[in-house]
Amino acid sequence: MSEPLKFTYSVDGDNFTSAGQASVQVKKVLRRLGLDPETIRRVSIAMYEGEINMVIHAGGGEAEVLIHEDCVEIILRDKGPGIADIEQAMQEGFSTAPDNIRSLGFGAGMGLPNMKRYTDDMQIESQVGVGTTITMRVNL
Amino acid sequence: MTVQTLAGLDGFCALTCPQPDREICGAYVGDLLSWVMGRAEADNVWITIMTNVNIVAVAALADVSCIVLAEGVKPEQSVLDTAEAKGVNILQSARPIYETAVLLAKTV
Repeated sequence: MSEPLKFTYSVDGDNFTSAGQASVQVKKVLRRLGLDPETIRRVSIAMYEGEINMVIHAGGGEAEVLIHEDCVEIILRDKGPGIADIEQAMQEGFSTAPDNIRSLGFGAGMGLPNMKRYTDDMQIESQVGVGTTITMRVNL
Repeated sequence: MTVQTLAGLDGFCALTCPQPDREICGAYVGDLLSWVMGRAEADNVWITIMTNVNIVAVAALADVSCIVLAEGVKPEQSVLDTAEAKGVNILQSARPIYETAVLLAKTV
């Protein structure tokens, strides 16, 4: 099996208005590779939600996208506060986002559920005070 | 129907239309961005009153055909510039959200 194509992006934690740049870049790459539009949509939305989470909660982080023969793998790593109760965080509507984020239309408690909805597999590893790593896979 | 045709109809106008030939298929109404990303479908018209720059990213990633800003709300020029650069169509309707959606349903 050939080596996967690998792309890494740094997610700027201070700049909420530029959030999504990595996802838009990934979308362009996937388009160039000729993936089908619905797969591209699923990957880019899942990654954007993850990016937004890193900006809101973790002061940024890094995103790695690996394009394998049979799937697209997205790994999001941050050194934020961690998620104390993952099961609770996965519930639609549960959010710890501050009011200023809500006024922008985010913080509805749909980020993690959307990431799960649009991917075929999602694993969350999180340690309070250390950080969170989320690995998502969308099958091709 | 294309976005350009919609923009030419009474009640709608284009604020920026870098992809006028995009076909419209259905519509979604909502202001909570993650909700929109979870529920809107590709080629939908997205009706909202949100005007911050994140709507451009949401529209691009959710692959909607255009954003329609209801209630006559207008984003800052920088948002329109970003939309133009990212190929996101933004239209405006002076009517409230419900009336905009009804008008859209009658014409599309």
